[in-house]
Amino acid sequence: MADAAAIPDEAEVRARWGAFQWNEDSKAKRDAILSRYPAGREQSASIPLLDLAQRQVGAETQTQGWLPVPVIEFVAREIGVPYMRVYEVATFYTMFNLAPVGRFHVQVCGTTPCMLRGSDDVLAACKNKGLIKGKTTPDGLFTLTEVECMGNCSSAPMVQINDDNYEDLDYDRTIAILETLANGGTPKPGTQEPGRHTVEPKGGPTSLTAMVTENHDYRGEWNVASQGADA
Amino acid sequence: MSLLDKDRIFTNLYGYQSWRLDAAMARGDWDNTKALLELGQDKIIDTIKASGLRGRGGAGFPTGTKWSFMPKEPKPDRPNFLVINADESEPGSCKDREIIRHDPHKLIEGALVAGFAMRARAAYIYIRGEYIREAEVLFAAVAEAYDKGLVGKNACGSGYDFDVFVHRGAGAYICGEETAMLESLEGKKGQPRLKPPFPAGAGLYGCPTTVNNVESIAVAPTILRRGAAWFSSFGAENNKGTKLFQISGHVNTPCVVEEAMSIPFRELIEKHCGGIRGGWDNLLAVIPGGSSVPLVPAKDIMDAPMDFDGLKAVGSGLGTAAVIVMDKSTDVVRAISRLSYFYKHESCGQCTPCREGTGWMWRVMERLRTGDAEIGEIDMLQQVTKQVEGHSICALGDAAAWPVQGLIRHFRPELERRIRERGGDTAPMQEAAE
Amino acid sequence: MPKVKVDGVEIEVPQGATVLQACELAGKEIPRFCYHERLSIAGNCRMCLVEVKPGPPKPQASCALPAAENQEIFTNTPMVKHAREGIMEFLLINHPLDCPICDQGGECDLQDQSVAYGRGHSRYDENKRAVTEKYMGPIVKTVMTRCIQCTRCIRFAEEVAGVEEIGAIYRGENMQITSYLEEAVTSELSGNVVDLCPVGALTSKPYAFEARPWELRKTLSIDVMDAVGTNIRLDSRGRQVLRCVPRVNDDVNEEWASDKTRHAVDGLVRKRLDRPYVRRDGKLHPATWDEAFAAIAAVDHGGSVAAVAGDLVDCETMFAAKALLKQFGSSLLEGRQTGMDYDTSSLAAVNFNTTIARTEEADAILLIGTNLRWEAPLVNTRIRKAIKKGAKVFAIGPETDLTYKVEWLGADLSVLGNLPERLTDVFGKAAKPMVIVGGGALKGAHGAALALADTLGLVKDGWNGFNVVHMAASRMGGLMLGYAQKAGIAATYDAKLVYFLGADECDFANFRGVKVYVGHHGDKGAHHADIILPGASYAEKSGTFVNIEGRVQRGERAVFPPGDAREDWTIFRALSETLGHTLPFDTLDELRAAMALDCPELATLGLKTFAWNSPSLGTTAQGVLEGYPIKDFYLTNAICRASPTMQRCSAELVHGESFAEAAE
Repeated sequence: MADAAAIPDEAEVRARWGAFQWNEDSKAKRDAILSRYPAGREQSASIPLLDLAQRQVGAETQTQGWLPVPVIEFVAREIGVPYMRVYEVATFYTMFNLAPVGRFHVQVCGTTPCMLRGSDDVLAACKNKGLIKGKTTPDGLFTLTEVECMGNCSSAPMVQINDDNYEDLDYDRTIAILETLANGGTPKPGTQEPGRHTVEPKGGPTSLTAMVTENHDYRGEWNVASQGADA
Repeated sequence: MSLLDKDRIFTNLYGYQSWRLDAAMARGDWDNTKALLELGQDKIIDTIKASGLRGRGGAGFPTGTKWSFMPKEPKPDRPNFLVINADESEPGSCKDREIIRHDPHKLIEGALVAGFAMRARAAYIYIRGEYIREAEVLFAAVAEAYDKGLVGKNACGSGYDFDVFVHRGAGAYICGEETAMLESLEGKKGQPRLKPPFPAGAGLYGCPTTVNNVESIAVAPTILRRGAAWFSSFGAENNKGTKLFQISGHVNTPCVVEEAMSIPFRELIEKHCGGIRGGWDNLLAVIPGGSSVPLVPAKDIMDAPMDFDGLKAVGSGLGTAAVIVMDKSTDVVRAISRLSYFYKHESCGQCTPCREGTGWMWRVMERLRTGDAEIGEIDMLQQVTKQVEGHSICALGDAAAWPVQGLIRHFRPELERRIRERGGDTAPMQEAAE
Repeated sequence: MPKVKVDGVEIEVPQGATVLQACELAGKEIPRFCYHERLSIAGNCRMCLVEVKPGPPKPQASCALPAAENQEIFTNTPMVKHAREGIMEFLLINHPLDCPICDQGGECDLQDQSVAYGRGHSRYDENKRAVTEKYMGPIVKTVMTRCIQCTRCIRFAEEVAGVEEIGAIYRGENMQITSYLEEAVTSELSGNVVDLCPVGALTSKPYAFEARPWELRKTLSIDVMDAVGTNIRLDSRGRQVLRCVPRVNDDVNEEWASDKTRHAVDGLVRKRLDRPYVRRDGKLHPATWDEAFAAIAAVDHGGSVAAVAGDLVDCETMFAAKALLKQFGSSLLEGRQTGMDYDTSSLAAVNFNTTIARTEEADAILLIGTNLRWEAPLVNTRIRKAIKKGAKVFAIGPETDLTYKVEWLGADLSVLGNLPERLTDVFGKAAKPMVIVGGGALKGAHGAALALADTLGLVKDGWNGFNVVHMAASRMGGLMLGYAQKAGIAATYDAKLVYFLGADECDFANFRGVKVYVGHHGDKGAHHADIILPGASYAEKSGTFVNIEGRVQRGERAVFPPGDAREDWTIFRALSETLGHTLPFDTLDELRAAMALDCPELATLGLKTFAWNSPSLGTTAQGVLEGYPIKDFYLTNAICRASPTMQRCSAELVHGESFAEAAE
């Protein structure tokens, strides 16, 4: 959460997270991550390992996860890099939460393409469900953040909640998703536009229509005479 | 001129079919890739050069030429690297996401072909952190390719060893800048490096490195299969090929679509986007290449060809071909101010003009939005953008300045109207007297 | 040697020079904030923009651009002026207007450059950014709202000090420079960031609100806190030295100084001996000079008289004492207070022969019993530079953090007789091998270390890789003046009269004679003395010092000693008259002339080289090093023990007491 003002490094955080270790699942992932970089370049793993650690913290706290200072230090030791350097990284990238967040981190894109398509309504829906920007709801369920362009512009507006995107939103669809989550359900990720598959034009694709029903192989048509055909 | 489906490269763009290896192979990916490699490095690079492919990440640098900058005889302790820029974060851009989640094998095969051509030891695909599900697909697709021996040791039976690694970012637009991406890949803050040295000389881990956009790499195998002449048969001179356009905003059916370069704006919108919301008379302005390029008023854009030169001619740019359409209901000042906020938020903070200037521009923009300003401040803002532009380490400063400049150029009367309506004085500011 | 044109004037610049350096060679001033010639290039302030042809149609950061053949550089075009004005304005929009209460005032790059290159007014109408202060330790005061994010402090901490505890967190306009978790920076060089900071963000905490630079009298001096001979400038007002800053000397300290060098000066006005004392009935009583001299004259020593030099004394003091002793037929001189008795028959065998500057050239380094970080911090920084160029470092002694990667060979000195293959391999391939013997190992391993000169090929044409690192500023000068007995200090124990020249580190219980303390601080020496003659500290006299590498340097007097205290040589001159053995010099110049006759090496300033001849000593090394001689870097002498700043540093940085809450 980029707006976090200060990094909590209180005694209770140290007490709770000072002994942080990878669990078995994370250990395997850690090994896979480290194997991607040349020997002596372990620092490259700082971002993936911070992400892994945040996820493990999330699993342990039933939230999206965050990075307590002792966990950042643990990651720094893992890759043999001074604490300061990893701490800088943790504060630079917006996906690292420097303070605890709720079970669902509701990240509404508010950048211009989403804004043009109605992200104000999405934020209004969040507000009316009691979500406040930069805060976690009292029940610990939702943390609301307005984020910058998430790259879903042709199915805007959108929200990313934990690992899934919900696109083509409006006020009602946003309310529905939040309510489903609050009730323990799993909303369908992706576009919320009935009949839309992904980012094809609403109402059906204007190109590549053959692909809708079969895994069409166009190679047979490559050399059929038409403009642009290559000998 | 109309692009036919058979000439579209990304046939599974919409993900109606599986992204998995067997499905991708059935569509023609990984089809005797060994033969492509057997063309040899020089031939591959020559073909890409001849195809007219220009970088799809925004700058439009000729891809084949870029590849040719890499050392021909890399040293064992300084191998060449290919870094693929999948840090798609430019507001309006959403094409790499579709390639990665629906056609990842085109990218991986392209990585091998391109990496081979530039004698790289490995490719790192840097995917933005927020593409979580997309990265999951990409990791799985790379694993499939390894399983089948398509990459890794003796890739595709070619005798060439080539690794493909996926690296996830963690939320920083600036990492789309190539040297910031290298810093980030090395595990540091994404702060752009000074150039020179350029990445081709000293890039990732100090080794020669080429950074290419996902789309530039993913189209390479098809270009090699179908020939340079096929690719260059699309688009105007100097603007060749097919291109993924991403249309967002006030069109009836926003979408991502592969079209021929140089397609006129009107045709693109009519054919794929169901027209402008409320009709063409309702069109206000268009940002034709992602947030970094200046907006173009309706009358200038309507019949402009959507390519590098055509959009340059109307004072803007193709960028990533992310077309943000605004109709007359748009609060255009707010739309641009929101972009100013974006750049303020994404400035890495390293160099002075960008760190200080982006915040200043946004704050003035916010006042102009409500008219809480003086007329003279419009000129001052224009000057501030000129103090940012061209003075920063990387292009983010320029990118932050251009949208504001575009707004002032085309919508100054609107800015003045708001100030007057709010009762702001019309006397020029003292400073403007200079 | 590329030829470039700067504003139309063609000049030739060295290969590898930057455009900024080319401009400087051409006599053009290029404003800058982030660029510093001793740090890596960051290129982030953008103040040094110039126009370069050929090149893109925008200004280029001259600090980072290599000068190239036929380049045309313009530093005075409208494009450059516009760029500088713009950057200046950006730097100032969020900079507070608190110059009247800022300690940087008068020596602030931002002030100076805004006058020279700014527009003179601001158009910024928004709220200014405020940044909370960051605790950085007892030396560095922070006012982070003033920070312009040049990152010099970060680069210094990482590259020179080797302590990666300063960084920039967050990003964009929220980027903040901070120490890790706002804790004290654990470096003995932290004060240098105060000099490096081009604005008032990092200022000197002990010096806060003390003075304005234009009020200060600036005196060139030599530091005595260690044996490196850091070139310093003492800034004083009235009778008080208010601060100490390094001078540039590339051969010695570059432009750095340790925190002790900088901040022990507040000890100069505390616990001072400002009048003579004489012990009667077991208690020290204030006395007049005459009474004190009479008390000395009353000692019937029959020629059994000795002088023990302390760590901080200058050659002039030592020579004056030596001359006085000579009048009584004694040459019982010693300066190694803690009992060292290494062979001094060859000065080259106890000298830092490689020289401090050329340490950077070494490609294989073996440290024997030395914690360089505390014994000679500015030699340690040179080793860091050597490592950056590829040197490999081995060390014998208890493991400690030297700020770089060291291959430890254990603490048992006997390993010198059986050096492991991994060391001999590296040294075998080394062109410029280097051994540095510390005070901790001179006792057990001097001979064995000297033997390495042959076995490791340390001495060759144009290179002498054998080095001893001393810790006392007076040491080399003392050895040159004969302050060394074969038996060490034990030789002086039985003398009937002993002059202690600011010597505070001896075991005074061993001395059986009358103890005369000539010095400036009421420390251990004064406590045990029978007669105290108040002398001058290094800041209060013009003195000659010889550093570890044999460099003769001279400092000037910055202030007068307090009260009745006098410059030490004049004390001996006056005393000699009372004793009826008048010394043959009436002025400092006459003393120096006499000293030059006695020791021709001291006649001129500059680096002295001692002919290499290794004394034949036993080559068997033995003993296990339990620790290093310096137990507390901040409290090594009487001045720093009297310094509140050094006491605070010791408590916080060595003993781990927490003062973080005390920060503003």
